Amino acid sequence: MSAPGTFQFCARLLHRQLLLAVRRPIDIGNPLLFFVMVVALFPLGLGPAPEKLADFAPGVLWITALLSNLLTSDTLFRSDFDDGSLEQLLLAPQPLYLSVLAYMLAHWLTTGLLLAVVAPVFAVMLSLPMAALGILVTSLLLGTAVLSLLGGIGAALTVGLKRGGMLISLLILPLYMPVLIFGSAAVEAAVSGVPAGPYLAILGAMVCLAIALAPLAVAAGLRISIDA
Amino acid sequence: MPTNSAGTPLLAAQTLSLVRGGRALFRDISFAVHAGQLWQIEGPNGAGKTSLLRILCGLARYGFEGRVQRPAPQLYLGHHAAVKGLLTPRENLAWHVSGADRYANEQIESALVRVGLYGYEDVPSHTLSAGQQRRVNLARLFLSSAPVWLLDEPFAAIDKEGVVALETLLEEHVAAGGAVLMTSHQAVQVNCEVRVLDLAGSVV
Amino acid sequence: MWSFFHKLGSPPWLYAISGVILRWLLPATIMALAVGMVWGLLFTSPDFRQGNSYRIIYIHVPAAVVALAGYYLMAIAGAINLIWRMKMADVAMRAAAPVGAAFTFIALFTGAIWGKPTWGTWWVWDARITSMVILLFLYLGVVALYEAFDNKEAAGKACAVLSLVGMVNIPIIYKSVDWWYSLHQPASIKFTGDSTIDSSMLYPLLLMIAAFYALFTCCLLLNMRAELLQREARTQWVRKLASAAEAR
Repeated sequence: MSAPGTFQFCARLLHRQLLLAVRRPIDIGNPLLFFVMVVALFPLGLGPAPEKLADFAPGVLWITALLSNLLTSDTLFRSDFDDGSLEQLLLAPQPLYLSVLAYMLAHWLTTGLLLAVVAPVFAVMLSLPMAALGILVTSLLLGTAVLSLLGGIGAALTVGLKRGGMLISLLILPLYMPVLIFGSAAVEAAVSGVPAGPYLAILGAMVCLAIALAPLAVAAGLRISIDA
Repeated sequence: MPTNSAGTPLLAAQTLSLVRGGRALFRDISFAVHAGQLWQIEGPNGAGKTSLLRILCGLARYGFEGRVQRPAPQLYLGHHAAVKGLLTPRENLAWHVSGADRYANEQIESALVRVGLYGYEDVPSHTLSAGQQRRVNLARLFLSSAPVWLLDEPFAAIDKEGVVALETLLEEHVAAGGAVLMTSHQAVQVNCEVRVLDLAGSVV
Repeated sequence: MWSFFHKLGSPPWLYAISGVILRWLLPATIMALAVGMVWGLLFTSPDFRQGNSYRIIYIHVPAAVVALAGYYLMAIAGAINLIWRMKMADVAMRAAAPVGAAFTFIALFTGAIWGKPTWGTWWVWDARITSMVILLFLYLGVVALYEAFDNKEAAGKACAVLSLVGMVNIPIIYKSVDWWYSLHQPASIKFTGDSTIDSSMLYPLLLMIAAFYALFTCCLLLNMRAELLQREARTQWVRKLASAAEAR
C-alpha cells in the first residue's frame, strides 16, 4: 500500500471543504447577504439619482465584494484549528503548499465565484450600463481569486489568536488595494467604452503571482500559528 | 525482559530542553525508542508532556533546544479529537487516513466497529458524545501502518471496555515491532514492559 | 568571520557595541541634521513655482525614503530570524517597526503641511501620499500582529512572514497607485510634477537624506537596546548593568 498521490490528496481535501460548506449553507449565504445589504446602503447614502449611482457603481460593487470576501477570510482555517484537524494536516506527508491551495480554491468557489455570479443583478440596481456587466463578472472572477489567496495569508497568521477578528482586516486590506484599483478600473473602462483587456490581463498576472507565492506564506503562517 | 537495542532506533532525541515563561519544563532529555518498546512519559501536570510529544512529532519547531531524529513514519494523536461535526464518523475517518494510505470502505467500517461505534458510522459527528468522538480518532490506530505512535492522553474520556481494548491494541502493536510513546494520567496495564520517561527528574 | 556572526548573536556584545556606535553616531547625526536643515531652510534660493513652501521637502523626502528603506530592513531582519533563527535579528525587526512607522507618519504629516500653501488643501490623494498611507498601514499591521501574539517567539516569526509578504507587495502597490493616480488625475492640476531639481537644492537634500538614514539608525539602535534589556531582564549581565547604574 502506497501513500496516495498529492493530486489525489488535494482533490479529496477540496471535496471535503466543499462538503463542509454545503452542509452549512448559511456560511455561503452570509457573505452574499452582506453584499446585498451593503450595496443597498449606497443609494440610501448617496441619493437615488441614477446618474450618480452609475458613476460610483464600479467602485461600490468592487469595494463591497472586497469587504464580503474579507468577512469570510477569517474563518478559512479557524474551525480546523479549533478541532485539531489542522494539526493533522501539517503532519500529513503531502506538501502543505498544495494542500493550502486546495483550501483557498474551495474558499473561492464558495465566495468569490458566487459573488461574481450575483453581481450583475446589483449592478443593474445601481444603474451600471449593461455593456459593462460582462467585464464586471470577469474582473470579479479574477480579482476575488487573488482576494481569496491573500485572505489565506491573513487567516494563516491569525488563526491561533483569540482576538483575531479585526486584526486580519488590518493585515490584508493594504494587500487588497492593488486588486481594487485594477478591478474597478476594468469596469470603468468598460463603462466608457475603452477596452478593458489590459486591466483584466494585469488581474490575471496578479492571480498567477498569488497562486505561486501566497501558499508559501500561508504554509509558513500555519506552522507558526500551530506552534504558538 | 531483554532490551531490544538491536538496529537503529525508530525515534531518537538528544539534549532536549524547553523553557517556557522563564520556567524550564524539561532539561537535557536524551533517549532512543527502538522497535517493540512502549514508553510512558511522566511528569507533573503542566504543558511539559504535551509539549514534548509535539516536539517529537514535529509540530513544535521553535522554542526548544536539542535534536530529534525521526527515521520512521509516525502517527500522532493529540488532545483534540480532530473530528468535524458536520461529517459522519465514516467520512471523518476516511479523511484522516486518506493522507497515509488507500483504504477500502470495509476496512474503515471494521475499524469503526472495533472502537465500538457500530451503528453510528453515518450520523453527523456533532451528535456524538466527546468520548465517541475521541473513539473516531482512535480508530485510526487500527488502520495505521506507521511504526511509531505518539499518543497524548489516549485513555481520556474512554470507558473501561474501551480502555482494555486500547491496551490490547497497544500490546499487539508493540509485539509486532512498532513503538508507542504516550502520556497518561493513569497507569497502563499491558503485558509488555513499560519504560518510563520522567520529566520531573530532569529539572531537579 | 564566523566568530563575528556568533558574537552578533550575543545580547551583551550587541548591547556594548551599539553603545559604542551611538557614542559617535548620535552627535554626527545631530550635526548633519542641523547643517542640512539650516542649509536647506535658510541658504537655498526659493523655488520658481512654489516659493518658500517647497522647503518642507528637506524633511518630507528624506523621511519618505527612509520609511521605505526601513520596511525593507525590517523584512530582511525578519527573514534572517526565520531562516537562521538569529534572535538578534528578531530584536532588530521588532525595533524597526515602530521607528519606521514614525518616519512614515512624519513623511505624511510634512506632506500635508506641504499641501496647504501649495495646493490649498490639507490633504490630497496624490500617488506618493497615497503610497505612504498604505506603507503606514503595512507598518501598523506588523506592530498589531506582534502585540496580538502571547508567545513572543511565534510573534517574531509571524511578523517576519508578514513583512516579507509586504515587501513583495510594495512594488506592486506603488506601481498600482502610480498608475491609478495617472488615470484619475484632474486635468488642470499636476500635483507631483517631474521637476528637475537644481543642484543647489540637490546637495542639501542629499545631506538630509543621509542625515535621516543616520537618524533612523540611531533610533533603531536605541530601540534595540531597550528591547534587549527588556528581553534579558533576568539575566546576569543586565543585573550587573543595573546595579552599576545604581551605584553611580
